[in-house]
Parts: sequence; structure tokens; C-alpha cells
Amino acid sequence: MEKRNNFFQVATTLIAVTISLLLACIIILFVSAEPMNAISTLLFGPIRSLRNFGNIIELMTTFMFTGLAISIMFQAGQFNVSVEGAFFLGGLISGGLISTLTLPGPITFIVAVTGGVLAGAIVTSIPGVLKAKFGASELVSSLMMNYVALYFGLFLLNNVFRDHSFGMLATHKIPKKYKLPVIVPGTRIHLGFILVVILIIVVTLFLFRTKTGYQIRSVGENTTFSKYTGVKIGKTVFLAQLLGGIIAGLGGTSEILGMYSRFQWTSLPQYGWDGVIVALLAGEKPQNVPLAAFFLAYLRIGSDLMARATDVPTELIIIIQAVIILLVTASALLSKFKQRSTVKEVIGDA
Amino acid sequence: METVLEMNGISKVYPNGVYANKDVDFSVRKGEIHALVGENGAGKSTLMKILFGLEQADTGNIKLNGEIVDITKPGDAIDLGIGMVHQHFMLVDSLTVAENTALGTEITKGLFIDKETINKKVKEISDLYNFALNPNDLVGDLSVGSKQRVEILKTLYRSAKVIILDEPTAVLTPQETKELFERLLTLKEEGHTIIFISHKLDEIKQITDRVTILRRGEMICTVNTKDVTEREISNLMIGDEVDLLSKKSDPNPKDTILDLAGVSYTLPDGYKALNDIYLKVRSGEIVGLAGIEGNGQKELIDIITGFLPYEGSAKFMGEPIIKDEIAELRSRGLCYIPSDRMTKGAILSMSIEENLIANRVRGNVLHSNLPFILSKEKIAKYADESIENFDIRTDSRTTPMSMLSGGNMQKVVVAREFSDLSHMVVADQPTRGIDVVAADSIHRMLVKKREEGAGVLLVSADLEELITVSDSIVVIYSGEIVAYLPKAEEVTQMQLGDYMLGANRMDANTIRRNLYGKTE
Repeated sequence: MEKRNNFFQVATTLIAVTISLLLACIIILFVSAEPMNAISTLLFGPIRSLRNFGNIIELMTTFMFTGLAISIMFQAGQFNVSVEGAFFLGGLISGGLISTLTLPGPITFIVAVTGGVLAGAIVTSIPGVLKAKFGASELVSSLMMNYVALYFGLFLLNNVFRDHSFGMLATHKIPKKYKLPVIVPGTRIHLGFILVVILIIVVTLFLFRTKTGYQIRSVGENTTFSKYTGVKIGKTVFLAQLLGGIIAGLGGTSEILGMYSRFQWTSLPQYGWDGVIVALLAGEKPQNVPLAAFFLAYLRIGSDLMARATDVPTELIIIIQAVIILLVTASALLSKFKQRSTVKEVIGDA
Repeated sequence: METVLEMNGISKVYPNGVYANKDVDFSVRKGEIHALVGENGAGKSTLMKILFGLEQADTGNIKLNGEIVDITKPGDAIDLGIGMVHQHFMLVDSLTVAENTALGTEITKGLFIDKETINKKVKEISDLYNFALNPNDLVGDLSVGSKQRVEILKTLYRSAKVIILDEPTAVLTPQETKELFERLLTLKEEGHTIIFISHKLDEIKQITDRVTILRRGEMICTVNTKDVTEREISNLMIGDEVDLLSKKSDPNPKDTILDLAGVSYTLPDGYKALNDIYLKVRSGEIVGLAGIEGNGQKELIDIITGFLPYEGSAKFMGEPIIKDEIAELRSRGLCYIPSDRMTKGAILSMSIEENLIANRVRGNVLHSNLPFILSKEKIAKYADESIENFDIRTDSRTTPMSMLSGGNMQKVVVAREFSDLSHMVVADQPTRGIDVVAADSIHRMLVKKREEGAGVLLVSADLEELITVSDSIVVIYSGEIVAYLPKAEEVTQMQLGDYMLGANRMDANTIRRNLYGKTE
């Protein structure tokens, strides 16, 4: 019985993904003059060269950080979306510090990374504190928090970290020695990938095998129950958001130190929102995050290649994503099939 | 007598694979009171939900006056003259009796509701059946018994000829039950057909003409009520003979575990929900708390379990109870079986195993050798032991809670609460809505806890349960303790009913004397 329920959960996601890809192909048939080329680029382009495949893993690394951060908060029932701001500010603080500070070698690196992590932690914690202390909706305050993070970050970038000799708004160059090493030659896949894989293992163990993790999940599933068994709700809810922020801040740090030579984002990178998509696809389970992140990254890279090589615009992919999210979250889709199969199984048994 | 309603070959399977109804045939005659009995989970409610259009049957058909009818929503059932009074009232407290009655079928005059005509019609029906309801009273101000009359009135207003009553007496005092029965007999004389769902066999014997027995989703038989004894009905329901808890050893009360002295609680709107409560629970005794719902029991329990602030003194094991220090209270040995097992007692989406460990993860009994990590083996062993010791019927410890029946779910809650150190058990409606056998095993567990030296506070709306299980009974009315009856076995339900309704009360000194007499 339980197996069948799991099967239906996986089936829902797979059906949603398949339907949306089919839908994408149909749309391409209509808008493109060379539909076969476009579809094959979308579906197979990403695996046609090591460089393209490398791009997937690079993007997947980013998605894993934000997807993991969102998942842990979702597990606690907290719809905190300031991962977006935390990722941005984490990247800015670490990138800014590492390119400005002139402390002896490793200390600069440690201070910069710590700064990035702290920045992320602070961004998501503020909605967390407001929720725990005053019951303010974390959705609203975290949405607002993203703007605070963005404009506070731009203020710092402009007035503290800015390299005035550079033509655009950006920090100084990040010294080579502080960059995260590339682990697969011929791509930009960097140490951050290994780091996030380790994080995913740790967070999975934490959520499913420790006391505090259990309490986070129980608060997410049923707050009243958790309170009755003696869990401190405010503390637990805050902790989940703090952890999410730490992961997001570290993600931003890894992104800047792994992929860029300077920090030069002047708007929010949207990776936090991608994290929401990844977390939803993964069913909020950290162990599913890599697969979900891979899928989304594959889709993004495929669509980029398609947009470059053919006449189909990237915007189309945004439509496809929207369809996937709609279908996945509408899990009610399968409830009818499920009822029928249950009836069959039981009547068949009887 | 002619058959008015027939349900043939009804089957219904729930998504979790459980047969709620299996090929059930059920028919009622015009102008009879027909009892539908069975243990909880036997499929009574499902069958009635199908009849009323709240659920769809997977197989089978429904015939009304010999014709097959299609009932896909409650509106269809109402149009066909079928009315249902749910166990939990479907009323809007802020509307009047007449407004509640007419809701959805308002008579209008132009764009506006024709209040006068509605009031007149409601008054007519109320007078005809002696319901003693005033169309202009706010439903929120009415007693439970009156609210139930509004529900019945609602079905009559919609010209119901067949009325389904889902456990109508569960919420009533003995006095109110008597009045309800008189009205049901009037309705019967007027030619209405009544389907009466109940657990209470004495009531079935008293008022019904025929009885249909369901067991595990299947129809066992329909018999004339006068041809069977209560014992026979009960055996048919359960399948084999059961020996319910009737007598228990004498209590052996020792140290005071819970001591409330002058406890009061005022709601934000200034209403005194609890007023100067004195209550003691000693180790080795079961104190029953009787009262009509909403007379302060909820607040009292919330104070004892650390959820509400209070005035006065409340001590558990000699130390004051502090609001929100719930983990601390629990680790000192306070166990709590909440009345609402769906939201407070369990996480439905999690497995049995995960539900069982909720209070155990706090200590270090489940930890593995690795830092922070819980031991899978220890959890599995503990879960399997609990499932065995508490007779939880399931195929696996990893089955989600949502797939268990009410009785089994409650056993999981009890297993969790009883496995911990327990000096005191607060059991709030521990057997509400669960079947006789499961209820009996929970009663025995409570008695066992008492024999092991715990103090038990049992809050229940089921007076029979209170009298059989408790050693002494305290009655709460309107936020005050109005009676302390030291010997539960000498109390009658009628006597309790008088105290619960506020018709009678002991003076404060007698209560105190009874309460403290033995020890001080």
C-alpha cells in the first residue's frame, strides 16, 4: 500500500514533466520553421559536448544550493522566499570582502566566506524572527526582505566595494588564489559542487536522523501536535530559516568564488526562485534535490542552446517551466486514478 | 408497512484500500425508527454519507419509493426528502434560528429576504412538534439540546420525510436525551422515517422499531428490536463475545500529584472561564471530570498541560506549572491524551513509528553511538514493541497514521504517552468515536496506569465511561466545580446530569471537605 503511494508521488511528477515536454514540442512545432532541429537541440543539445554538459553541472550546483535552502524551510512549513536575497547578499559580501581585504592569505578567505554565510543567515533570519516572535507571515516579510537585501547590497557595492577603475559597477578583481578550484578540466565545474553534495548528505541526515531534524519536520507537518509534545515552536521555526539562510549565503559565496572574476550583479539573480521550483519538484526532500536541480539545469541549458541555434525564443522555456510547476503542484491530478487503482486492488484481493 | 428507502449492494472503498462498505443492503420502512449500529469503522457513517450524497458509492444503487434515484450531492438528497443531522452541528452561531433554518433556501420578496414569512413558517413547525424554539434567538446562545432541535427543524423545513440522526445523543445529557426521544416519537407518529445511528444499546432498545447491524463494512442482519437483547446486539456488532471492564480493584491513593488551589482563568473578553477551582489528583486514583462541553474543561486541561496562563496556584509534583514549559512538564512525568487526536495527538502524514517517538526523541534513549544521530534499530525496536504491547493493528510500523482507523490511531497516541515516565495522565475524551473493543482496552490501560501508581484525570462526555472507569467524580459547570462525588460507583447518570445542567450543586464547603477530607 505504502509502495503504491510512493509510486503515485513519483508518477505524478514524471507525468507532469512528460506532459510539459510534449506541450513544449507542440508549441515548437507551431512557432518554429525548423521544428525538428529545435526539438533535438532542446532535448539533446546539452549532452552533445563536454562544455555544454559542464554548463549543466555548473547551473545545477547553484540550483542545489538554493533548492536545498528552500527545502529545509519548507520542511518546517515556512514559506520563506528570502533565499533570493540571501544568495545575492552572500555572494556580494564574500566577493566584496575577498577583493578588498588585504589580510594575510587564508585569513582573508576565511573572513570573506564567513561574511558571506553570515549575510545569508541574517537575511533569512529576519523574517524568521518576525515569525517566531510576532507571528508575522514569513512569506510577506521575506518577499520584502529581498528588496532590502538588494538595495542594501547595491549601497555597499557602490560605496564600499566598488572598483572605480572598472567600467561597470563591480567589485575589484577576485585574486586568483582565492578562487574555488575547477574539478573537471575543460569545464567550469568547481569545488562548490562537491561542497553542496556534502551539504545535501548532511542536511538529509540532519532532517531524518536527528532529534532536531525530526522536530523541524513535525512542526512543518503539524504545529499543534508538536507543541503538545513539548517542541518549542518559535525556536524550531527560526532554526530552519537560519539554516536555510546559511546554505543560501554559502551558495552565493560559492557561486561568486567559483564562477566569476568579480561580483557585478546589479539585480537579483533569480536563483532563489529557481530554488523554489527545485524544492517543489523534489517534493521538499533534500535527497531529491540533485535530480530536480539537474532537470531544471538541463532544461535551462537546452533552451539556451535552442535559442542560440534556432528561431525558438528562450521565453518559451519559461512557459514550459510554468506548466511543470502547475502540473506538479496540482497533485490532485492523480487522485482519481489512485482511487480507481485502489478499488481494483482491494476488490481484486477480495 | 411499506418500504420507503432501499440501498442495494452498496460498496465503497477508501483511497487507503479499506472497504468502508461491502455489498451492503439496507432498507427502511415508512414511519419507523430504524437503528443503524456497529463499532466505529463498521461503515455506518459512510453508508449514511452515501445516502445523503456526501460520498459516492463505488457499486450499488439507492431506491426511494421503489424508484432508483441518483444522489450525487446533498442537494439531491434534500430534494428527495432526505435530511441529515450531523454529529457536529452545521449551524452558524451568529445567525438566528430562523436564518439558520432557511439558509440556502430563503424565501425572497423582490431582492430581499422575506424574514416575516420565514419566521412564521419556522414558528409553525416548531410549535407543531413542540420544539420550543424562538425564530429570533441567536443560535450561539442556545444550549446543545436546542441546537440539535434547530438541526432537526432545518430538515423538516426542507420537507424531509426521512431523517438521519448521526449519534444524536452523544452530546446530550440524560434529561435532554429523554426530551429528544419524546420528539422523535411525535415525528414518527406524523409519518416521518428516522434512521438512528448510535453506539448506545440501551437507547436503541428504548426507542427503535428495527435495528440493522454492520460489522467491518458488511451488513450482518436487520432484526426487530423487540426480538433481541442488548447483549445479542453487542455480540452481533463485535462478532464474538467480549468481556468489558466492569469492576476494578479499590483505589489506593497516596501522594498528591496534581494540586489546584483557587485556579481562575479569564478570557480576553472578560468572561471567567474558570472560577476558583480546587482540585486534587493523587497517585493511584482516577478522578473523572464530568461536564457539558464548554463549561471550562478545555481551559482547565490547557492550564494543567501548560498551554494557558492562570491565576491561583497549580502544582504538579509539588512544583508550580509554568505556561509554555511543556517539554519540562512532560519530562517530569505528565502524560496527555488530547481529545482531538487528528490535530493534537498525531501527525497523520507521518508513519506510526515517527508518531511514536515524538516524546522520546527528547531524551537520549533513542540515540545511536554516532553524535546527534538517532538509531534506526532502537526506533524500530521501540515501535515494534509498542505495536505489540498496545495491540495496534497494522501491517507495518512505517504505515502512515492516516491509514489507521480511529481506534488504532488512538492506541498509537496512548502507546506514545504511556511509554514515557508517567506520574500523571490527563486523558481528554480518550475513547470518543472509537469502537467498544478499542475503548475497553484503553480503559484497561488507564486502570493499569493507576495500579502502577500514576494519578489519572479522565475528562469525558460519556457518563457511563466516567462512572465505570473513575474512582471519584468531579462535576464542572460554568467554570466552577459544583460537585465532588468520592465514590464513582455509587453515582447515577441522572444525578450527574443534574449537576452538569446546573440544576443541582453542592455547597463549596462540602466539596472542599470531600476533596481534602481524607488527607488533611
